Amino acid sequence: MFGYYLDLALRSLKRNKVLTALMVLSLALGIGACITTTTVLRLLSGDPLPQKSDRLFYPQVDPNGKQGYIAGQTEPPSTMPYIDAMYLLHARRAKRQAVVALTSGKIAPQRANERPFYSDGVQTTADFFGLFDAPFQYGGSWTAADDEGGAQVIVIAGFLNQKLFGGANSVGRTIRMNDHDFRIVGVLKPWSPQPRFYALDLGGHDYGGDGDAMFLPLKTAIDLKMGPQDLECYDTVTNMDDLAAAPCRWLGVWVELPDQAAVADYRMFLANYAREQVAQGRFSRDETAMLDLVDWLRHEQVVPDDVRLQAGLAYGFLLICVLNTVGLLLAKCLRRSREIGVRRALGATRGAVFAQFMVEAAIVGLVGGVLGLGFAELGLFGIRHQPAEYASLAHLDVSMFLFTFVVALLASLVAGLLPAWRACAVAPAPQLKAS
Amino acid sequence: MLPIVSALKHHKTTVVLVALEIALTCAIVTNALFLIRDRLAFMHMTTGVADNELVWVRTQTLDLGQEADKDSHAGVVAADLAALRGLPGVESVAMTNALPLGGSYSSTVVYRRPGDKSDSLSNVVEYLGSPGMLRTLGISLSEGRDFQPREYSDYQTFGQKSPPPTAVIVTRSFAQQMWPGEDPLGKPIYLGEQGEHATYVVGVAGHLLNPAINKYQGIDRGMILPVRQVRDNSAYVLRVRPDARASVARAIPGALQQVDPARKIEAHVYTDTIAQYFQGDRAMVWLLLVVIGCLLTLTALGVVGLSSFWVQQRTRTIGIRRAIGATRHDILRYFLAENFLIVSLGIVAGSAGAVGLNLWLMHHYELHRMPLSWLPIGALVLWLLGQLAVLGPALRAAAVPPVVATRSV
Repeated sequence: MFGYYLDLALRSLKRNKVLTALMVLSLALGIGACITTTTVLRLLSGDPLPQKSDRLFYPQVDPNGKQGYIAGQTEPPSTMPYIDAMYLLHARRAKRQAVVALTSGKIAPQRANERPFYSDGVQTTADFFGLFDAPFQYGGSWTAADDEGGAQVIVIAGFLNQKLFGGANSVGRTIRMNDHDFRIVGVLKPWSPQPRFYALDLGGHDYGGDGDAMFLPLKTAIDLKMGPQDLECYDTVTNMDDLAAAPCRWLGVWVELPDQAAVADYRMFLANYAREQVAQGRFSRDETAMLDLVDWLRHEQVVPDDVRLQAGLAYGFLLICVLNTVGLLLAKCLRRSREIGVRRALGATRGAVFAQFMVEAAIVGLVGGVLGLGFAELGLFGIRHQPAEYASLAHLDVSMFLFTFVVALLASLVAGLLPAWRACAVAPAPQLKAS
Repeated sequence: MLPIVSALKHHKTTVVLVALEIALTCAIVTNALFLIRDRLAFMHMTTGVADNELVWVRTQTLDLGQEADKDSHAGVVAADLAALRGLPGVESVAMTNALPLGGSYSSTVVYRRPGDKSDSLSNVVEYLGSPGMLRTLGISLSEGRDFQPREYSDYQTFGQKSPPPTAVIVTRSFAQQMWPGEDPLGKPIYLGEQGEHATYVVGVAGHLLNPAINKYQGIDRGMILPVRQVRDNSAYVLRVRPDARASVARAIPGALQQVDPARKIEAHVYTDTIAQYFQGDRAMVWLLLVVIGCLLTLTALGVVGLSSFWVQQRTRTIGIRRAIGATRHDILRYFLAENFLIVSLGIVAGSAGAVGLNLWLMHHYELHRMPLSWLPIGALVLWLLGQLAVLGPALRAAAVPPVVATRSV
């Protein structure tokens, strides 16, 4: 029976080519717009570390002064001063903990007569790599003792290793950065989580790139006066050279907490710390916060408003496209009342007529889906040529490919419901009489 | 009107469908048009400087590490300035730490009274300018005067080892927030860790946009401090004949390399900097325009499809009307009026939808309230669209000959 409906549907679609083309085009445009924006939305709201994002937390305290403070209504800022970050690090209350800031440094080439170049880097502490599952190609992290001693050791990214050493195992060798020698202790495999979740609000970009090029101990960076990328001071600074003591916040802290009990304990610990600091007069505000990775991304609005707006717009657009298709299908099917009357008189059941029209709608949907896929590729091509940071990441993947057809079929079947129902409600007798 | 209404009662489903489509299109198009206006208004903010005559350049020295000693740095700067002034087409050169819409900036807290930290204005943008900065940028003062040579100091934004200068020029909105309703000229503001350094207002700039527009620093709350040289985040700004901008920007790297080759040099025409700041907004405006275009086209095609169907269905009725005396004009008018009625129905629902959508958008995004006077714009667009779309089928209907009435189909 299905084959017969298919045949009937194709004949009917061929009979009125303009109307058919219009329906297909309308659905395809709507689907193309939806798939394009959904792909971007999914790309931006993805979980960069799905295996442990629920165990990673970002504690915050508030060192800001009294000015503008309304108890219970102000949120703690996203970064903290050195003193507080060090306290949390040394307390070792979490399974793992790391302090993070972004930096950049001038790297001297290994060969003569090449120019030095600047690379992005991370100032952090030994647990960073274990905390974020950063994979090593050679070697490993530095030790907590290196952190304390400000040792001149460094972990470099795979692409930097490729550039400097042609990809060979460079552990133990020395690179010169900002005119100081660093001993390489580890080389990472390609690692560039999107978004760069560990450094939101620390300056620099959130999306794109091959990842940071180098990682070095925080204390070493401070000793060598490598400034962070972003710095907010909440009081006037007398000595900018002494960042560790300056009333400025510039560090992010990450902790790994294995279960609910540990999370509750850590919240308590953090709140107590803030209250102590208020009692000592260092803090004026005792608000603290601790979001997990996914909530932190949401809080930092890694999905730009414009992207959500575009997605909303696209779905509104699809709705109008579906409505349009309903209207056109309805017009088509009402015009065929006589044909339906004849089929019914010859013994076709209401169900059979309904099925026939739904098959017709589904064909429109599938063709619309294929064309829509084309439009989506075109849309994503456009997005890739936009100035946004995430632009280069916008690609259609297999799941979105399948999703396109699900949306197309669903949209066309929904659009086909009303016309098909109207068609099967046609009473055969009056239609036959009229001719 | 009445016959049209009673005729439409026979086609409730189709009428509702068309009206619904019109309503949705109306709601989305009205809001999209409003969004475009909102963005355009944002993008046309005036900077307060001579946009079309500026070129700027930032250099980053490559032999970093050993902090260059102060005297040699001052020597390089003097040589740089001389080299830049020598380029053909350059009228004047100055140093600054930030430019309106340039992105990076430094901001600070200012106090109203010495040593009183409870009474202050925070997040005030600090523009540092070397001699000639006002003239080079083309900042016009609405009150007061430019800095005098003795007022330039060695103050820097970071690692302050010298006290701030004793003279400052503030923007009008800074003055209004600091001293509402009072004359700012000659008034002191206090800077420094304890608010111990007094600086006196010598001039008021009518308008000077911030380097970045955000909720903390606002739009144009800033001040200009006179310094001999800018050390942190410094940039050279060149006032250039408009037609020489591109050639000057190209000539800059060579000229500066001659002074000191070991550095990275990036020269920009200032209008490109502004364009870059609004890049995302411009892309959004284009996207909205494309969406509006697609929506209107689709809706028009839908109306054409359904009206053609109606005309075809009513061919016999039209023939009868023509046979009993209706003119072609009457038939044309009938279909136009019918379309007007259905579209109006959609517009009423769509206007309500537009207001609802705007409220929803205000709740979820930072967007202003759409004034009700925007609704007629969307309505007008859709009325025109509907009439244009139905014109073809209506003309076809008007062309139906009366003889059709006597034929059996």
